[in-house]
Amino acid sequence: MSTPIAVTESTNAHAHAHRRAVILVFICAIVGAAAQIFMKMGADYTVAHPGIEGMLTNYLLLGGYALYGIATVLMVLAFKDGELGTLYPIISFSYVLVTMASPFFFHDTINGFKIAGVLTIICGVAVLGRGARK
Amino acid sequence: MIIPPPTSTPASSIALVLVGSLIGSYGMVCLKKASKDLHLGILKIINLQFVLGVTLFMISSVFYVIGIRHGQISVLYPTVSLSYVWALFWAKLVFGEPFTKQKFTGLGLVLLGVVLVQLGN
Repeated sequence: MSTPIAVTESTNAHAHAHRRAVILVFICAIVGAAAQIFMKMGADYTVAHPGIEGMLTNYLLLGGYALYGIATVLMVLAFKDGELGTLYPIISFSYVLVTMASPFFFHDTINGFKIAGVLTIICGVAVLGRGARK
Repeated sequence: MIIPPPTSTPASSIALVLVGSLIGSYGMVCLKKASKDLHLGILKIINLQFVLGVTLFMISSVFYVIGIRHGQISVLYPTVSLSYVWALFWAKLVFGEPFTKQKFTGLGLVLLGVVLVQLGN
């Protein structure tokens, strides 16, 4: 096999691995956002059911922790092949998802400040991620 | 499923989430220290730093869950992004990683974003 073909194949393999990492980290953001919704439901449950009993029967909170664990594993897998500069801001996309989902599950309100704040955080994370690549 | 009535987010909740993120970010420092033995094999990273890191993560999650018991998740969850800010300080303090213009810009934007979210409270 000649060298140029080998190089092209390895570049394709690299691009493929990176695309897979981006998809993984997107799923990670979605699972992470779901984890937050479950944890908040579980935390609300402890308000209604105080004491140790409310903790031990708190499947919402446990479910939230489990989803958080899955999201962490996905993130580690994604970081193996992807660039931090691309992946970092995608993870913080979960802030947008949680903010959008919160009025449906809780009594949260969405307003301009929250939207602007979350988008500014993502920009900040993107800048940090780009810095980390070098 | 009982959903509590609408409330604004109390300062005590924000403080708990903040402390949780600070503890968690130091847990990350311990995991970073533990990861230097990763080349020795996956089981070799289970050392004191690893145990300390995981323990700090668990403690930080307790602060977080107590923090989100009251108030709005759309205010409290974005507050966790302050751990990016703590991470930069630990990076400088513990690992001697230099501050760069880019880090300052990113840090400033994250801080501004968190302040904006609090204003939306």
